[in-house]
Amino acid sequence: MTHVGSLTRAQLGECLAGPGIHLRTGRFTTLLRSPIASVADGIHRLYGDYPLSSGFADFHLDLVRPATLRRWLRPQVTLLYDRRSMFKPLPLDQAFPMFEWGLNWCVSSRANRYLIIHAAVVEKNGRAVILPAPPGSGKSTLCAALVGRGGWRLLSDELALLRLEEGVLHPLPRPISLKNASIAVIRDYVPGSVMSRAVTDTAKGTVAHMRAPADSVARAGESALPAWVVFPRFEAGSAATAEPVARADTFMQLAQNCFNYSLLGAEGFTALAGLVERSRGYRFRYSKLDDALAFFDSLP
Amino acid sequence: MKHARLQPLLVAALRALTHHPARLPDLDDAGWDLLLRQAGATNLLATLSCLLDECGLREQVPAPAREQLDWAAVLARRHRQGVSWEVRLIRQALADLGVPLILLKGAAYTLAGLPPAHGRLFSDIDVLVPEERLGEAEAALMLAGWAGTHHDAYDQRYYREWMHELPPMRHLRRASMIDVHHAILPRTAPMRPNPALLRAAAVPLPGMPGLYVLAPVDMVLHSAVHLFSESEFNSGLRDLLDIHRLLTHFGADRRFWVELPDRARELELERPLFYALRYCSMMLGTEVPAAVQADVAGPSPACVGLMDALFSRVLVPDHASCRDRLDALARFLLYLRGNWLRMPPLLLARHLFHKAFLSPRKSTPEAA
Repeated sequence: MTHVGSLTRAQLGECLAGPGIHLRTGRFTTLLRSPIASVADGIHRLYGDYPLSSGFADFHLDLVRPATLRRWLRPQVTLLYDRRSMFKPLPLDQAFPMFEWGLNWCVSSRANRYLIIHAAVVEKNGRAVILPAPPGSGKSTLCAALVGRGGWRLLSDELALLRLEEGVLHPLPRPISLKNASIAVIRDYVPGSVMSRAVTDTAKGTVAHMRAPADSVARAGESALPAWVVFPRFEAGSAATAEPVARADTFMQLAQNCFNYSLLGAEGFTALAGLVERSRGYRFRYSKLDDALAFFDSLP
Repeated sequence: MKHARLQPLLVAALRALTHHPARLPDLDDAGWDLLLRQAGATNLLATLSCLLDECGLREQVPAPAREQLDWAAVLARRHRQGVSWEVRLIRQALADLGVPLILLKGAAYTLAGLPPAHGRLFSDIDVLVPEERLGEAEAALMLAGWAGTHHDAYDQRYYREWMHELPPMRHLRRASMIDVHHAILPRTAPMRPNPALLRAAAVPLPGMPGLYVLAPVDMVLHSAVHLFSESEFNSGLRDLLDIHRLLTHFGADRRFWVELPDRARELELERPLFYALRYCSMMLGTEVPAAVQADVAGPSPACVGLMDALFSRVLVPDHASCRDRLDALARFLLYLRGNWLRMPPLLLARHLFHKAFLSPRKSTPEAA
């Protein structure tokens, strides 16, 4: 099987502008097409380790410039799902982040054989930590530090995928989305980190994506068992403290962070109960990444 | 139909899966990819999933396609639960009226457990109540938390004076939609099927006191008049499939075929039945007894030719792989026709003018 990295930037650009590429991320295949240079740049820079396939695709995405008069004044990009527009266009500069958001939307709105939790997931020795994500909790920053420097494997930065039948977490290793101040923090903290160009003025502020570790991408077929649920909270100046969270609380907070909990009904309840049964819950406050890494290594 | 383009994969697959013996479409990976996209574009993915289950063919579908069908099956299951629950609450809300509550279309198929229900996703629940009790029904639903959605004075007048239903109501907490009908066609339409005849023939749902569905022939006729006086065809293929499955299901009883043409004449719905039988058998291979087909009068051959050209374009999936240059024109002409069938010309002109230039613009978000 070939990889995105086997194509030069020019070849990749040609493929994307023409027939598209069948990009494999974890269990999902996306047929991606786009004539936009910044999309090819982002894919070239961050997706080199990902396999290319052919034939069947779970999602068909096109990123194109809408043919309106506005294109001459304020160029835009629009995301087409199987050639249909599902979202309002964004400024052209945000084309690559729009691909990342669009792919998250595809998975979270469709892959209903998984209980999907808005959370980062990292793994060591076959056991996984789930980091649910109320906005501003510093989840992605922590996730980037854990996989960039802490020796953890990245399962996902955004979407925890709990397979309903087996109760295991399936990886969806993709670039880690960093916002505003954390971009510089991680650039300094993680040696050799590769980032996409920072895009300013998005709905989330300035956004850059960090390339997923090659090892995590290569092991995208290996699932992991849930073992811990850690609710992180960044608080400037605070010492690292972890307090245990009761199972019922952990359950309720995870349920609130699920995309499809009510859709799955009893099946979702059972799966989430199984996950909570197997995991220890912690509320974790920190201000220094070193302290955070030490805490994660001490998880019992 | 003549052209290969107008016999898309999805139509061929539905045809193969709803016949006896049912066959699995013979497709490679790229073929399954296209089939699922066509189904997704026309809201039939969950239906396809259920059909494969019914036929016991699911295990033979290639794994990546099966995975996607599984995703859709979850939606279908949830939908079915939701509809049964909503119907229960509507029944409760209207219990004091003491009138039989007649379910129409999707909700009727679901509660009666009819074949079209399997995997069918729909957004509103349609019910039929006697016209003279409409005000009471509206008040009772409002007390139970449903509220009208069209507040514009013109829209209110449009619904209350000219239409066959109240303005759609949405539940304030659950956001579920309900359409309360007193007839199956607008007051302004030239065809006027008498709702009293439909109500008199309605059949109770066993084990569900107070709930009724239309009699088999009436259910088919309603489905036909709905589809063939429609002005937008986004789920045209789904609606055609409904009719195909109803005909196949009820048609197992020979009395059904004997009653159907007579009932169509009695309800002034012969023309929509003609189209329903024609396009069901042409596209989906529905087995209609020759005597029945001959007994239902259609328009002149020239008109039939024109209708073939139009309907063959809008009854296929609304997907990039099934379009051609004449598509937009066909959709536009049928849009006009649909409105024409609902209102006399002068009123129609006034209505379209008002909608185009006077109605306040809705800020419709693009996200679906």
